[in-house]
Amino acid sequence: MKLKRNIAISDSGFVFNPSTGDSYSLNPVGLEILTLAKAQKNKDEIRQYMLDNYLLDLDTFEKDFDDFANMLDHFNLIEK
Amino acid sequence: MSKKQYERPVIQQLRTGITSKFGAAFESQALTHIDGVAVKDLIKEFGSPLFVLSERKIRENFKAANRSFKNRYPKVQFAWSYKTNYLNAICKVFHQEGSWAEVVSRFEYDKAIKNGVPPSKIIFNGPDKTDKDLELAASNHSPIHIDHFDELYRLKEIAEKLGRKIKVAIRVNMDTGVYPVWDRFGFNYENGQAWEAIQKIINSDTLDLVGLHTHIGTYMLTPNAYAVASSKLCYLAINVKKSFGKVVEYIDMGGGFASKNTLKGMYLKGVDVVPSVDEYADAITSAFLNAGFPTEDLPFLYLETGRALIDDAGFLLGSVIANKRLSDGRKATIMDFGVNIMFTSFWFDHKISPAQQSGGYTEDTVLYGPLCMNIDVLRENISLPPLNTGDQVVVHHVGAYNITQSMQFISMRPAIVLIDRNGKANVIRKLETLETLEKDELMPEYLEKIDL
Ligand SMILES: Cc1ncc(COP(=O)(O)O)c(C=O)c1O
Repeated sequence: MKLKRNIAISDSGFVFNPSTGDSYSLNPVGLEILTLAKAQKNKDEIRQYMLDNYLLDLDTFEKDFDDFANMLDHFNLIEK
Repeated sequence: MSKKQYERPVIQQLRTGITSKFGAAFESQALTHIDGVAVKDLIKEFGSPLFVLSERKIRENFKAANRSFKNRYPKVQFAWSYKTNYLNAICKVFHQEGSWAEVVSRFEYDKAIKNGVPPSKIIFNGPDKTDKDLELAASNHSPIHIDHFDELYRLKEIAEKLGRKIKVAIRVNMDTGVYPVWDRFGFNYENGQAWEAIQKIINSDTLDLVGLHTHIGTYMLTPNAYAVASSKLCYLAINVKKSFGKVVEYIDMGGGFASKNTLKGMYLKGVDVVPSVDEYADAITSAFLNAGFPTEDLPFLYLETGRALIDDAGFLLGSVIANKRLSDGRKATIMDFGVNIMFTSFWFDHKISPAQQSGGYTEDTVLYGPLCMNIDVLRENISLPPLNTGDQVVVHHVGAYNITQSMQFISMRPAIVLIDRNGKANVIRKLETLETLEKDELMPEYLEKIDL
């Protein structure tokens, strides 16, 4: 999952896509994952980080991460 | 190091100008207890989904409404509109508070009798009363409200047969400035039909005109409509006295006060825009007091208030079955209760609260029921914290009409509990079972045996 280069993310969970003018909001976990993606972490690294730091099981992570990634794709925020 | 609390990651597009600023915060707040009883415990003990009624709230609503009218007018009588919620335990709470009964069918009439209401305190309304029903009500001296001329003539025959006068009122419909006019019930005021019915009754020596009745609509948002309707009925009553020397004993203003639900398409929340009972009481009692009755002729004011007295005392508890993503990217959540037990979701955007605390961030979701039907939509769009399978919600303001109009379909109808004033949860209807469902089914003999 590679975030588009020009996507801006603020500390408060606000996302802006300058090429379309669209903006988005993230909840804290969404912000955490998107920040890792912005730092070029791949899915394996993100998974490890999340399991280490959150009260979370593997199945829940997989289900939620895939859905989240689909939404990023839906909003055109990741490179194809 | 202790791990952080996890919540499903959510990203939401921001749109300006379409959401009401009151929306999200208003709904995302958790409701964990009802009258001091934990929602979790209720579901654990009685299952999910579950209807919960608050006796404290019902009594509070009734007392407030009763006070509101009695402070303004000397002769007031409420009659509990059975169809709004006719669970016997609920009816009895109202009867204990002093409410009579208002019924529109034979089985409701029989229920009121069984609940111990004296027959003279059961108002019999509605277009569908058989000769047998009318005979029974007439013999019992229950006030009968005539809906149409056919009924009026039938009642005259019944009175002759019984050899006694029958106490009747007529239902009147009229233009109150709120449209469409409910002109299919009763006799019309403007075209003279109501006056014609009054004349026929007074000129008969078998019927005794004791009252005038109207029910101008339901969920009426304008108290002024009641002022108009009251003035018209008072005018009729005064003219009855003038023309025939007969004092009309009571005027029954029906039901229709709005409950605090939010109608679909309404921008503001129901709780913020629905008139208070005081406002309806002002409109009605001012019209009565200013109509020109001599004090000794002031009629009794009857009220058949339904939804406004019970809607906010009823809750539906339910659980999340699953989350889904729709093809257009919208989030969808499937609940374990459907429109078959939440009939009013066709008209109202019911307030729905999570039953557990959450991070405060919300996402837009379509809320579906579990029925295998496309129309099973509880809320087309609601902002809720990310919910997971097994999480619980509380639907607000479902005390009116949902239980009486619910139907068994695909799943069993849930149990219903009444939380009493001591905080004890009493089952007042058990969860349906396959046995309840099949109790009245019969099997033709040739179908008994199958051989697969
Ligand atoms: C004759 C009559 N009275 C009273 C009511 C109760 O109305 P509401 O629940 O709107 O107060 C109804 C409801 O349909 C009715 O038909």
